[in-house]
Amino acid sequence: MIQIEVNNRQVEANKGELLLTAIRRAGIKVPTLCHFEGLPPSGACRLCVVEMDGRLAPSCATTVSEGMKCQTHSAKAVRARKTIIELLLADHPDDCLYCVRNGNCDLQTLAEEYGVRTRRYQGEKSSCHLDVSSPALERDPAKCILCGKCVRVCEEIQNVSAIDFVGRGSKTRIETAFNDGLNMSSCVFCGQCIKVCPTGALREKSSTKEVLEAIADPDKYVVVQHAPAISVSIGEAFGLKPGVECSGPLNGALRRIGFDKVFDTSFTADLTIMEEGAEFVSRFKNKGKLPMITSCSPGWVKYAEQFYPDMLDNLSSCKSPQQMMGAVIKNYFAEKSNIDPKKIFSVSVMPCIAKKFEVTRDEMLNDGVPDIDAVITTRELVRLMKMRGLDLNSIEPEPADNPLSLKTGAGKIFATSGGVMEAALRSAYFLLTGKELDSLDIKVVRGLEGRKEAKININGTEVGIAVVSGLKNASDLLDEIRAGRSDLHFIEIMACPGGCINGGGQPIGVTPEAVAARMKSLYSIDKNEKYRASHLNPDIQKLYKDYLGEPLGHKSHKLLHTHYAKRDVVK
Amino acid sequence: MSVIEKIISQLSNPGRDSLIPVLQAVQEEEGFISRESVIEIGKALDLPASKIYGVATFYNQFRFTPYGKWNIQVCRGTACHVKGSAALLSRIERELGIGAGETTKDGFFSIEIVSCIGACGLAPVIAVNGNFHARVTPDDVPVILKHYRSIQPEESKQ
Repeated sequence: MIQIEVNNRQVEANKGELLLTAIRRAGIKVPTLCHFEGLPPSGACRLCVVEMDGRLAPSCATTVSEGMKCQTHSAKAVRARKTIIELLLADHPDDCLYCVRNGNCDLQTLAEEYGVRTRRYQGEKSSCHLDVSSPALERDPAKCILCGKCVRVCEEIQNVSAIDFVGRGSKTRIETAFNDGLNMSSCVFCGQCIKVCPTGALREKSSTKEVLEAIADPDKYVVVQHAPAISVSIGEAFGLKPGVECSGPLNGALRRIGFDKVFDTSFTADLTIMEEGAEFVSRFKNKGKLPMITSCSPGWVKYAEQFYPDMLDNLSSCKSPQQMMGAVIKNYFAEKSNIDPKKIFSVSVMPCIAKKFEVTRDEMLNDGVPDIDAVITTRELVRLMKMRGLDLNSIEPEPADNPLSLKTGAGKIFATSGGVMEAALRSAYFLLTGKELDSLDIKVVRGLEGRKEAKININGTEVGIAVVSGLKNASDLLDEIRAGRSDLHFIEIMACPGGCINGGGQPIGVTPEAVAARMKSLYSIDKNEKYRASHLNPDIQKLYKDYLGEPLGHKSHKLLHTHYAKRDVVK
Repeated sequence: MSVIEKIISQLSNPGRDSLIPVLQAVQEEEGFISRESVIEIGKALDLPASKIYGVATFYNQFRFTPYGKWNIQVCRGTACHVKGSAALLSRIERELGIGAGETTKDGFFSIEIVSCIGACGLAPVIAVNGNFHARVTPDDVPVILKHYRSIQPEESKQ
C-alpha cells in the first residue's frame, strides 16, 4: 500500500495500479468515455484528466507513486473536461430526442453534469452513412465519438475484429474493411459492442414495429416466448435490484401488450437437452465426432462457420431453444390447437442480438415457413412495456401458457455460462447409467470465469468437459484442440462473456456485479424447482409420447436439428 | 508464387510489424492495394482485414483503386497551396466526379495528391503522367482534361 493525496485528502493506493482506479475506489467520480475495465488503458478520450503540479494528466494512463498529489475537480481539470464534451458535441447530430439512447447516453449525461448549455463550437459536421446492412445490428457513425471501445471488445474480447479505425484525423471513422458494411464483414452479431458504446452509434435493428403491427392484425395469432435470461434481467429496467426473478409479472405484461399466448423458452431448453444429451451419448458410445460442442449461441455458431469451418462436425446438430420453440409452436401447438401455422406470428424475447440473425438463416425455414417471425431484445421489450404504460412492479404474477412452458431448473440455468453443460450432464448421466446423479449441483462449471474445465466420472469412464464464454476464450481452447489436445469430450461455448445473462440484447450499463446477481438468481430458481433435470419434465415426456416419438427420431430430426456450413466473409 | 508470397518470403521475420513495408511493396508492384491483396496479406501476417484496411487508409500513400490511363498529380506543397492549389484540386475533383486517390469509372483519369514536386516557381502545378502544367487556374482544368481525353498515353504509367 502507498499513500497518495487526492483533493488534499490522503488516499490509499496499491503499488502499480492506475491513478483512476485509486481515485474511483476513494469514491470520487472522474468521468471516462474510453476506459475499458480489465483492458490496458487507451487514453483516447482525455476526460479523466486530473491536475498534477499545474499540469493535466490522464488518470487512466498514470500509474500511482508514493506521495503523488492530484486535484480531480480543479477549475482547470473541469474546464478541460467541459471543453472536450463541447467539442464532441460540435460534431454530433443534435437529435437526442429521437435517439434510441435518449436518457441512457454517456455523452448526454456528461453534457448535463458539466453544465453544457450553449453551443460554443459550431462548424462542419461529418457526413456519414448509416450501416443498416445486417439483419441484427445498425451502425450510425455520425453519433460515434471514436472512443474505440467497440473496436476493443470486438478484437480483444471476441477475437472477431470486424471493425477498426479507418482514415485519419477529422476523417477517422469506425468502419468495416473496405467500408463494406457489417453484413459482408466477419461480425458475428454478438452485440457486445452495443453494450460498451457510450452513445447511440451502435444499436440493435429494432423489430418492435412489426411486432405491434402483428398484434394489431386481427388475422394473426401472435405468440411470444421469453428466454430464461429475461426474467432475471428485465427487473433492473424498472428499478428492481439486479437478479430479481420477474417471470410472473413478465407473463402478465406480455399478455397486456396483446400476445395471445406466452411461452417460456426454458421448456425448449429442456427439449434441447433431451436432443443434445441423446446426441452426446450416441457420439460417446458409437465413437462419433468428439468433443461435441454446444450450438445454442448463434453468435458462436457464426464464428465457428467463419473461423473454424474444419470443426463444424464437432458442433451439436441441435437447433437452439429459441428455434426449437418456434418449430414446436408452428407444428405441435398449431396442430393441437387447430390453428393454421401460416396465421401464427411467432415472437421471441431474447437477451441476444445474434438471434435476430439466426431466424433469417435458410436452415431455419421449415417448408418455407420460418420457425420464428420476429426477435426482440430485452431492451426492446422494456421500450414496448413503457410505451404501453406497463410497470413490472405493479403487475400481478401470472403463469405462462401450457403445454409449452413447464420448466425444470435445468432449462432455467441455460441463461448462464456453464448452465447448458450442467443441465446436459444431469440428463446424460441418467442416459448413460440409468441412475440420477447423487448431487445435481455440478459446481465446477459454475461462475463467471472465461474458461472452466473438469473431469467427470460417469460409470468409471472419465468425461472431459470444458465451458468457455467470450469468443477469444473459445478460440484459445479450439486452437488447443486443433493442435492435438484430445482429453475433452463435451464443450459448452457461449459467445457473450458470462453467457446470455450478459448478452448483447440486455439492458445498457450492466455492471459485473449485476451479471453475478443474475447468475445467483438462476441457481436459486434451479434449487427450488420441483423438477431439476430435463428428462424429468412431464410435459417434455408427453411431447415425445404424443408427437415427437423419441430423441434423435425422424420428427425430431426434421424439426429440431439443423446443419452448418463454411461461411465466406471478409476477415 | 503470388506477388505477396514473394514479398513476404523476402522478409527475415514476417509478422505484424511487417505490415507497412508489405503494403508499400505490394503497391509498388501492383500500383494499388486491392481487396484481394488485403485479404491475402491478412492471412500471411495473421491480421484481420479491418486492421489492414485501417492502417492502409491512415496513410495518404496507399490507394485502393488502380491508376487511370492518365494520372493527375496535384501538388499540395506549401508554394502551390499559397497559389491556390486547394481550389484547383476541388475543381479537378468536381470535373471528374471523383475524389483524390480515386479513379474514374471509365478508368481514364485518376487523381493523386503529392507533396512538393520541386517546381515551386511554376505554382500551382499539376503533372499528368509526368507532363507538367504550370500556373494552372481552376478555369484551365476543363481545357486540360479535354486535351487528355482526346489522346492516348504513349505508354501506360503502371
